[in-house]
Amino acid sequence: MIRFDNVSVVYDGETVPVLRNVTLHIPEGELVLVVGRTGSGKSTLLRAVNGLVPHFTGGTLTGRVTVDGRDTRDHLPRDLADVVGVVPQDPSSAFVTDIVEDELAYGMESLGLAPDVMRRRVEETLDLLGLTELRDRALQSLSGGQRQRVAIGAVLTTHPKVLVLDEPTSALDPGAAEEVLAALQRLVHDLGVTVLLAEHRLERVVQYADRIVLVPGNGEPLVSGRPADVMIDAPVAPPVVELGRIAGWSPLPLSVRDARRAADELRRSLVGLRPPLRAVPDATAIPVATMRSVRVGFGHVQALAGVDIDVTAGEVVALMGRNGAGKSTLLGSLVGLHRPSAGTVRVAGDDPYTLRGPELVRHVGLVPQDPRDLLCSDRVSDECRAGDADAHAVPGTTRALLALLSPDIDDSTHPRDLSEGQRLTLALAVVLAAEPPLVLLDEPTRGLDYPGKEQLVITLQGLAARGHAVVMATHDVELAAAVATRVVVLADGEVVADGPMADVVVGSPMFAPQVAKVMAPERWLTVGEIEREIERGRELA
Amino acid sequence: MTYTAPVTGTTSTPVLPSSRRRAPMSQPRWLHPGAWWVWALGMAVAATRTTNPLLLLLILGVVWIVVNARRPDAPWARSFDAFLRLGAMVIVIRMAFQVLFGARLGTTMLLGLPSLPLPDWMAGVRVGGDITLESMMTGFYDGLRLAVLLICVGAANSLASPARLLKSVPAALYEVGVALVIALTFAPMLVSDIQRVREAQRLRGRATRGLRGVASAALPVFEGALDRSITLAAAMDSRGYGRTAPVSVARRRSTSLLLLGGLVAITIGAYGVVAEGSPLVVGVPLAVVGIIAAALSLRLAGARSIRTRYRPDPWRWQEWLVSASGIIPAIVVGAASAAAWSGMVPSIVPPAWPDLPLLPAVAVLIGTLPAIAAPPLPRPRAVTSAPPARVPATTGDVAA
Repeated sequence: MIRFDNVSVVYDGETVPVLRNVTLHIPEGELVLVVGRTGSGKSTLLRAVNGLVPHFTGGTLTGRVTVDGRDTRDHLPRDLADVVGVVPQDPSSAFVTDIVEDELAYGMESLGLAPDVMRRRVEETLDLLGLTELRDRALQSLSGGQRQRVAIGAVLTTHPKVLVLDEPTSALDPGAAEEVLAALQRLVHDLGVTVLLAEHRLERVVQYADRIVLVPGNGEPLVSGRPADVMIDAPVAPPVVELGRIAGWSPLPLSVRDARRAADELRRSLVGLRPPLRAVPDATAIPVATMRSVRVGFGHVQALAGVDIDVTAGEVVALMGRNGAGKSTLLGSLVGLHRPSAGTVRVAGDDPYTLRGPELVRHVGLVPQDPRDLLCSDRVSDECRAGDADAHAVPGTTRALLALLSPDIDDSTHPRDLSEGQRLTLALAVVLAAEPPLVLLDEPTRGLDYPGKEQLVITLQGLAARGHAVVMATHDVELAAAVATRVVVLADGEVVADGPMADVVVGSPMFAPQVAKVMAPERWLTVGEIEREIERGRELA
Repeated sequence: MTYTAPVTGTTSTPVLPSSRRRAPMSQPRWLHPGAWWVWALGMAVAATRTTNPLLLLLILGVVWIVVNARRPDAPWARSFDAFLRLGAMVIVIRMAFQVLFGARLGTTMLLGLPSLPLPDWMAGVRVGGDITLESMMTGFYDGLRLAVLLICVGAANSLASPARLLKSVPAALYEVGVALVIALTFAPMLVSDIQRVREAQRLRGRATRGLRGVASAALPVFEGALDRSITLAAAMDSRGYGRTAPVSVARRRSTSLLLLGGLVAITIGAYGVVAEGSPLVVGVPLAVVGIIAAALSLRLAGARSIRTRYRPDPWRWQEWLVSASGIIPAIVVGAASAAAWSGMVPSIVPPAWPDLPLLPAVAVLIGTLPAIAAPPLPRPRAVTSAPPARVPATTGDVAA
């Protein structure tokens, strides 16, 4: 269905090719997962399938890419629209119309399909993806998972043979991600669509893949094969695979189900042992931040409906819950962006809503969902200087923090050219320059690969050890499992659970990390904990 | 790709109890945006043909009633209030200009102001001087006419969704139309971007107001907008936007010629219709010929486009009625003005309280008809933004 023959891609102004001599054949009806580190060329590979590379992005492509027999050399993306459907990373930035139904019809209108065909296919697609209830809703009013399904539906109506998706679940909560993946599964199994998708959150998708294409980056040759084979030494791997690696299981488990079957012996060998308790802060200490029956509303929507929370120094609190549960609003209230309609917010003794300028940044710092919002200079060095000036800190403070968090960032780089992880650390360094006792992060792992996440875990643990209180809103259960000392689950603006990580998430189908699901009822959360235990066992033996 | 799903044929209109279904008027649906534009332009033409403030205020009232009766709750529909404010500003500016710089009219002194002595070579130009009732009236009448014209356009803007209008745009203009509509949707996104970046600026402890605040927010906002437009362009390209069918050179040339000729004719014709004192006998036929030529050329040019339309808005009797209720006032007021009926151009020198000419007033009142005749707006099924419970992607009988 998709054939790459000796394809190399060099972007203008670069000397190193992003892809070098790629030869790849993807047969019809496969679900292919493209994995690799950030910046390794995954997106380039995906975008070459429908000719966006090089027709739209520029650069030079040598070799041949054919889809369903059509060569992208003489077919523009628009001429491939009936064969390849492309769902971009952020679906809402690619919507052309404003109503669900019109969006589904848009591609067919462009192809000039007959009105009765369009009408039938829209109805079929609404049913197929469970969008019937949403047909006349405005696209702006949809939740993240719904938007993603509409974006998939919008390209499906032209009946493409190939579907290409770039990180379809990275912005979604676990429930919404399952919803999207179930829809994709159905397309592959019932309709024989070939699906090519890139995803950082392997734990969500690896079990569904028929084949994995590993893009190592730096123009090194691709690895393509069955998931269990490729995962043996892939640089990125989900927790179940890592557990399988350290336990020496063969074949490697790809899903929680596989791992549970293999883990019988491991579970028995660990019976009676307990993971080391995470540092629980002194209950008598004065909390850094308190919220007392806080209500925040926007128009007639109640975003927070009476929230009580205390955060103490040295804690890492993971804030979890559905998209739209009020996580971002809670962070916003802690940093004084929203004025509560009732209740009180105190951060280090003051109401953050009344604080301005340097006063505010010395109380609390927030790294927003898109760290680019916070950055406004052309060079990393200028950004650091601006950070010092904003915080009234000693010149060089921000740069020193940045060097500590991420040593290999070049001073002259444009912040937009940094990798996601580097940009996050730059924003974090800017925030930390004022030494706020409370540090907030909104969805820090969006777009981070596994090594980037590991770095973040170390950084956050360091912050907590230095006495900062950290609160992060996240959908990433694995990150929460690795670093959080406490979890707060929000639903419809209310706190529904608040307690130590292990108490809250073990047994929760939605928020339990993979290791917890494999090891239940024992309360292990991360591969690291088990690895240390196994090593200790070996030393004793 | 074959699968069967029951085609239920549900439309976007909610199902009403059968008792309320009797009257065809009560069936909620979107009126064809073209009908709203015809109606609004009809009212606007009527407004340009008179300076009678009573008649103009009547037109304003009619437009206001219809907009309030049939305006949907959407971001683009809120522009009407902005147009009202713009109208008020136009009147004030027009009066100020007339009073300060306009030619002196009449003798009814209201206020004596010192006048700026100007050299001889600037004869005819006046700055300051006595304010007379007559010049105030001239300024007000003219300003009001312009304001009502603007407000009529604003009414069309807020009654007809730009996205729905795009569906009815001739195929040849479609690609230009898309660009315009996207520009319209970008504006609210830009506003939310600015909001977000200003919040981020505050998080850095910076000033969000003043020149510095604006300057430091501008860069991230524009970079974001640029990023988004590139993503959108890539997405549109991969969804088949801009596919064309081959067309012969001769046909392309004749199309361009016809379009150009048609536009010239429309321009001259429009001047003839709108401008005071020019003969309607020349203006109306030229405008009609021009419109026909332009329509023909658009039809020819449409052959290049292979687009089809999904569920185009129908043109039913309600659309005819709404259009007619705009065209009738235009014709009656236009005819009355051409025949120089009394009251169409009220006397200024000497100043007199204007009379309301009966027949034109009745014609203008016909313009309120859409407030009842246009179908009521469909209500979105789920009004709240709360996402419904997750729908498992099961078999096709979900819709049944």
